[in-house]
Amino acid sequence: MRELINGAQAIVRAAIHSGCNFFAGYPITPATDILLYMIRELPKVGGIAIQAEDEIASMGFCIGAAMTGKRVMTATSGPGISLYSENIGLAIMGEVPMVIVDVQRMGPATGGATTVAQGDIQFLRWGTSGGYPVIVLSPTNVAECYRLTCQAFDLAERFRVPVFLATDKETALTLATVDIEAFTALPVRERVDAPVEAEFIPYRVTAADEVPALSPYGGAHFLRFTTSTHDEHGQLTKSPDKVRVLNERLAAKLEAHRDEIAMVKAELQVGAETMVISYGVTARAVQGAIATARESDRSVSALTIYSLWPVPEKEIKAALRGIRRVIVPELNLGQYRLEVERLAPDGVEVEGINRVDGELISPQEILEQGGLL
Amino acid sequence: MTHQLMTTYLNESLLPYFFCPGCGHGMIVDHLNAALVKLQLDPHKVVIVTDIGCSGLADKYFATNAFHGLHGRSVTYATGIKLADPELKLIVLMGDGGCGIGGHHLINAARRNIGVAVVVFNNFNYGMTGGEHSVTTPPGGLTSSTPLGQLEQPMDICQTVAVNGASFVARATSFDKDLPDLLSTAIQNDGFSLVDIWELCTAYYVPNNRFSKSLLERTLTELNFPTGIIRQEVRPEYSRAYRQSVAAEAGKTAMPSRPIQPKYESHLERRMGIVIAGAAGKKINSAATLLCRGAVLAGLWATQRNDYPVTVKSGHSVAEVILAPTEVGYTGISKPEVILLLFKEGLASVRSQLAAMTENDLLVINRELLPLKTEARLIPIDFKATGRFANKKEYWAMIALAKLLIEVQVYPLEAIKEAVSARSEFAEDNLVAIEVGIAL
Repeated sequence: MRELINGAQAIVRAAIHSGCNFFAGYPITPATDILLYMIRELPKVGGIAIQAEDEIASMGFCIGAAMTGKRVMTATSGPGISLYSENIGLAIMGEVPMVIVDVQRMGPATGGATTVAQGDIQFLRWGTSGGYPVIVLSPTNVAECYRLTCQAFDLAERFRVPVFLATDKETALTLATVDIEAFTALPVRERVDAPVEAEFIPYRVTAADEVPALSPYGGAHFLRFTTSTHDEHGQLTKSPDKVRVLNERLAAKLEAHRDEIAMVKAELQVGAETMVISYGVTARAVQGAIATARESDRSVSALTIYSLWPVPEKEIKAALRGIRRVIVPELNLGQYRLEVERLAPDGVEVEGINRVDGELISPQEILEQGGLL
Repeated sequence: MTHQLMTTYLNESLLPYFFCPGCGHGMIVDHLNAALVKLQLDPHKVVIVTDIGCSGLADKYFATNAFHGLHGRSVTYATGIKLADPELKLIVLMGDGGCGIGGHHLINAARRNIGVAVVVFNNFNYGMTGGEHSVTTPPGGLTSSTPLGQLEQPMDICQTVAVNGASFVARATSFDKDLPDLLSTAIQNDGFSLVDIWELCTAYYVPNNRFSKSLLERTLTELNFPTGIIRQEVRPEYSRAYRQSVAAEAGKTAMPSRPIQPKYESHLERRMGIVIAGAAGKKINSAATLLCRGAVLAGLWATQRNDYPVTVKSGHSVAEVILAPTEVGYTGISKPEVILLLFKEGLASVRSQLAAMTENDLLVINRELLPLKTEARLIPIDFKATGRFANKKEYWAMIALAKLLIEVQVYPLEAIKEAVSARSEFAEDNLVAIEVGIAL
């Protein structure tokens, strides 16, 4: 059995299967479909979905709702992420579990509303002040929109952090044929609230990489949430010792658990000296290119990266063993190539294939520019 | 009420307040505490949401839930919390600065009548950053950023939210003895409430303007800003109104699957790119989707990308369909195998694809658009000769698709007929259009 479905629909279905019960968003091409589906569908499962007055309010509503225990999601495109920026920082600081979908379109600024791009990849990582880490997942096709949205909810619960799904206009809005087995829900991680009987200190932990348990508003305890540097009670503090413990933990809770986040697909060919590293919609052209190259007996390896941030450094380094040349095709001016370059051993050439004209990179371009013909 | 009698909602161990001597903030916090004591709310059901500024320090003194958020956005967090849990009492504490940067949220919270009570600590300047002017600085007011006097008109916060639907609006000064009563009425109101409380900033506005309680009261008179209850009306509270409005949806299947069981056979061996180029409102995208559904019924893999201008009812409408015997990866079409060029509006969008076509490719074209320079094999259609469809342009795409499926063995016609029948709307006319296409 198959289904004709686009990425936006797959994301919404995955959100609902993952227990999402609160959504707020603001219309923006090409993310509007997700807002409209959520407004239509969430009430069917007892959820709440609302169009906010702007993107800032979308984030505010979601963050507030998350702290009552709701599983929340919002969706926008690059210009909306710009407006989300300050609240992304607040969600990192207050440790808010939430999923943020970025249906990328061409920038900068208003750019091309209906034009595919992958220009937000560094922006999502560094999109708020302070430089603290977030998680960014990127599906390459419609089936993966479903799977990675489920995983985004799971990771948001696990780490109490904003998890981004970096997709694009092409994947979100192009209808595709998908085997319905792709829409089998992943086990939903139950939230374990702080124990009712015990004393609750909102940000008390026993390890430097621990994620504190939440006790939502309206529950057994008092919950204090703050955008400011705080002590374990959620009270503002400037005490260097307390500030250091907090800030280092905000990074360590992800950095120390990279293995739980890293998702790549390595298609290694024995003896191959060239590797194509890709993510998102561009990975589909890579699949076509390597199939053609191998048909004509050209050795080439491929690495698809699903978890862009934190960078799966261990997995990339392992895949690069024996490789002399790396090609990184992207619909931007070479953003993720920077990460590959810093991980590639000396002497390994790293080249980009980059398009910013609104057209997809084709398998033929990868074959030609990658010297794989 | 299950909790014990509350004599205070303050965390006494944190007192005295950290505010400057003579600052109105401590007085307002005391009044708010008195209002809460009067209401005897369960403190676990109270969430104090604060904004940025000196008033943002106030939540720490309350032995309730607290949320200290970004500048101007306090009302949005409170709205999210209230939407998620209507049983909670939301009290927002914000300054005049927050009302400026977050004015948009105040207006929209008032329009929704969301159950949030906003207490404005209005001291006419930014006390936390050095006494700059705010949206409420009175005319001529001296601040660090208006050293020669404020030129801008002060914002009437009360009228702003009242005219936009707030169900309880009041203005007072921090010196008013009945402030606890006013605040308790605001908190009890089932909807959006705002109390604008005028007060003294003894760090900046008082010394810079030789301001005082009597000057504050005179300013109210000079500006003709009323005090007391300005608006009070009963209107549905949003978080409950939302639940009522969607109640009938509960239990329906969300995002149902529309699976397609392949049952026909296609002999298509290679990927085929088909571009349908037409005009807005002519069911180009719908026809393309039916082509795709038929293909999936015939065991093929299909993708469909639509392109149209933001003004959806005018200009071009182009659908790019890829059919293949295996899963489609890359969805670009630099050289289509087939173009259906139906309306002149679509021509510009497919010009480069037309130029790339060779004699092995096919151009099904509305004959009115001829002559056209192309290498592709031409199949002109005279839509004026399609009888009942001569003027029903929204069926031309389906006619052309039927003609295509006759000319090229993509997949059996039965498959697209079944796809059309499965969609009850327009099915009858579409099936006739298919027969017309076959007969051409």
